[in-house]
Amino acid sequence: MIYREAGQFKTTYAADQAIFPIAQDRVVVALAIAAAFLVPPLAGSEYWLQAVLIPLLIYSLAAIGLNLLTGYAGQLSLGTGGFMAVGAYAAFKITTAFPQVNIIVVFLVSGLFAAGVGLLFGIPSLRIKGFYLAVATLAAQFFLVWLFNKVAWFSNYASSGTITAPPRTVFGVMVTGPEATAPARYVVALTLVVLFALAAKNLVRGRIGRSWMAIRDRDIAAEIIGVRPLRTKLLAFGISSFYCGVAGAELVFLYLGSAETLAFDITISFLILFMVIIGGLGSILGSFLGAAFIVLVPIFLTNAPHALGLSVPVALQKQVELMIFGGLILFFLIVEPHGLARLWQIAKEKLRLWPFPH
Amino acid sequence: MTDGTPAAPLLEVCEISVRFGALMALSRVSLEVQPGEVVAIIGPNGAGKTTLINCISGFYHPFEGRIRFAGRDRTHLSPPDVAELGIARTFQNVALFKGMSVLDNIMTGRLLKMRGSFVLEALYVGPAKRQEMEHRAFVERIIDFLEIQAIRKTSAGRLPYGLQKRVELARALAAEPKLLLLDEPMAGMNVEEKEDMCRFILDVNQEFGTTIALIEHDMGVVMDISDRVAVLDYGIKIADGKPDEVRQNPAVIDAYLGVTHS
Ligand SMILES: Nc1ncnc2c1ncn2[C@@H]1O[C@H](COP(=O)(O)OP(=O)(O)OP(=O)(O)O)[C@@H](O)[C@H]1O
Ligand SMILES: [Mg+2]
Repeated sequence: MIYREAGQFKTTYAADQAIFPIAQDRVVVALAIAAAFLVPPLAGSEYWLQAVLIPLLIYSLAAIGLNLLTGYAGQLSLGTGGFMAVGAYAAFKITTAFPQVNIIVVFLVSGLFAAGVGLLFGIPSLRIKGFYLAVATLAAQFFLVWLFNKVAWFSNYASSGTITAPPRTVFGVMVTGPEATAPARYVVALTLVVLFALAAKNLVRGRIGRSWMAIRDRDIAAEIIGVRPLRTKLLAFGISSFYCGVAGAELVFLYLGSAETLAFDITISFLILFMVIIGGLGSILGSFLGAAFIVLVPIFLTNAPHALGLSVPVALQKQVELMIFGGLILFFLIVEPHGLARLWQIAKEKLRLWPFPH
Repeated sequence: MTDGTPAAPLLEVCEISVRFGALMALSRVSLEVQPGEVVAIIGPNGAGKTTLINCISGFYHPFEGRIRFAGRDRTHLSPPDVAELGIARTFQNVALFKGMSVLDNIMTGRLLKMRGSFVLEALYVGPAKRQEMEHRAFVERIIDFLEIQAIRKTSAGRLPYGLQKRVELARALAAEPKLLLLDEPMAGMNVEEKEDMCRFILDVNQEFGTTIALIEHDMGVVMDISDRVAVLDYGIKIADGKPDEVRQNPAVIDAYLGVTHS
């Protein structure tokens, strides 16, 4: 099958506005999603599910959230870790207070709490932009982590301030707690990220996405066509923080099992930001690519020397990892701000012309 | 075009003044625009033309004087409020959304006509999807009208300057404005592009009945397309009338030749 759109005439605007207007793309994506649901749970090793795929999916969700805010609405945020912490601690409080509530519902309600907090910290965005806004969100990051650390009520007065995911089931299958199997947790994470990625894509291709991008690209022109900056930016902060909140809850409940506030410190805010930059600002697909990249590179660096029969000290390996991330971030910021997603698109355009490049 | 019958003005600017530090960018400037008219605002560089448009569209607020639109006082509105009244504009230096396609740029012009909740839009079902299609159909008519079918999916930032100006006009038209403000719509264009743009402006005025106020330097163009010409110089309105009268006006000739300025 040749990758081509020739002959596929779009006869309606609905067809032209579809997420994947080219039939081959639709087939490939459907197959990829089906494979993602079937192959790893059946064939993947415990290590791959637990150490690679589950965090990859959770980080992807957070990266989509940050991408909505930074990539689409143009508001730089370093508060991601803080908003994720709100989701995690809210989920912990809700599920320990109301154990009978379905854990998926708990995740979603936790996301709403994070959205509320995000709205609050988004208010300064009306007055400040760019670097200064980043500093303001950094304040949110430090304040929130400090708060969860300081107020023992949030961790139900656990001696170490640690929150632990209690056992919960979905349709009779254990998905959180020590008994939950990796495949079960993986399927929950995958389902959520697929649904939320679709929702994000729908938002960004319609009215809301256009008003976000208008504010991002030229705020004065956006205002004169009727976009109200505060309302628009706050909506971006709210929805973005919702995504980050759900991801934060998942991080503890589906991946770590138990965590302290340290799991949500500034490092994770930067990590998610790197994913968005490397994957591609303003791209949902890029959020996945960026998350995959940041999760896979360290694994590659751990294993590659072994495969070549070299022994590299762990400390050096960590440094190489940081250098690669740093170099790539500079590369993408300067050369290709649309990141891996753009490179992917270019590859597809080449493929569309193949085998007649001119 | 109007036949000269007196009607209530669509826009009334009454004696507005704007100051930037020591500079009086506008001094008691008045301007009336009748429904259906094409009014040109001309004047040398720095005369205050853009400042006047910025006041009407809510970016600047005059420290004295009033602006009335459709009979009501509108002096202190913000730009989104002005947009809701039915005023659209283009910018002297083209202010497109560079990261978006031409189609999406023009679709933003429909934002005020769109309603909905983000939950329905996230699901992309029912009214959310229907509304998207309706507005797309409207935008396609504008795309046909301005003959930019071929560049629909192109990223706006990659277009040559002349086409960017045309897309910006399309975005303003998508809002179906009652009053259209154009800040130098033909600046930097070649003769052919200018002719196209003139034709589009006249067609908009005649087919949609849109009232237009435009700033333009090219006197030939101004004389051709405008019903009335207002002349600004150093923030003061020095003439206002039919193109022929204005052209004969000694004060205008002085301002353009720069003879009698002290
Ligand atoms: N925001 C501002 N701050 C300070 N001075 C300003 C500002 N905007 C305009 N001015 C000054 O006000 C005067 C009028 O400017 P304006 O842009 O209205 O001129 P113009 O008639 O549009 O000129 P041009 O033909 O060059 O576009 C100029 O001297 C300009 O420098
Ligand atoms: Mg000007």
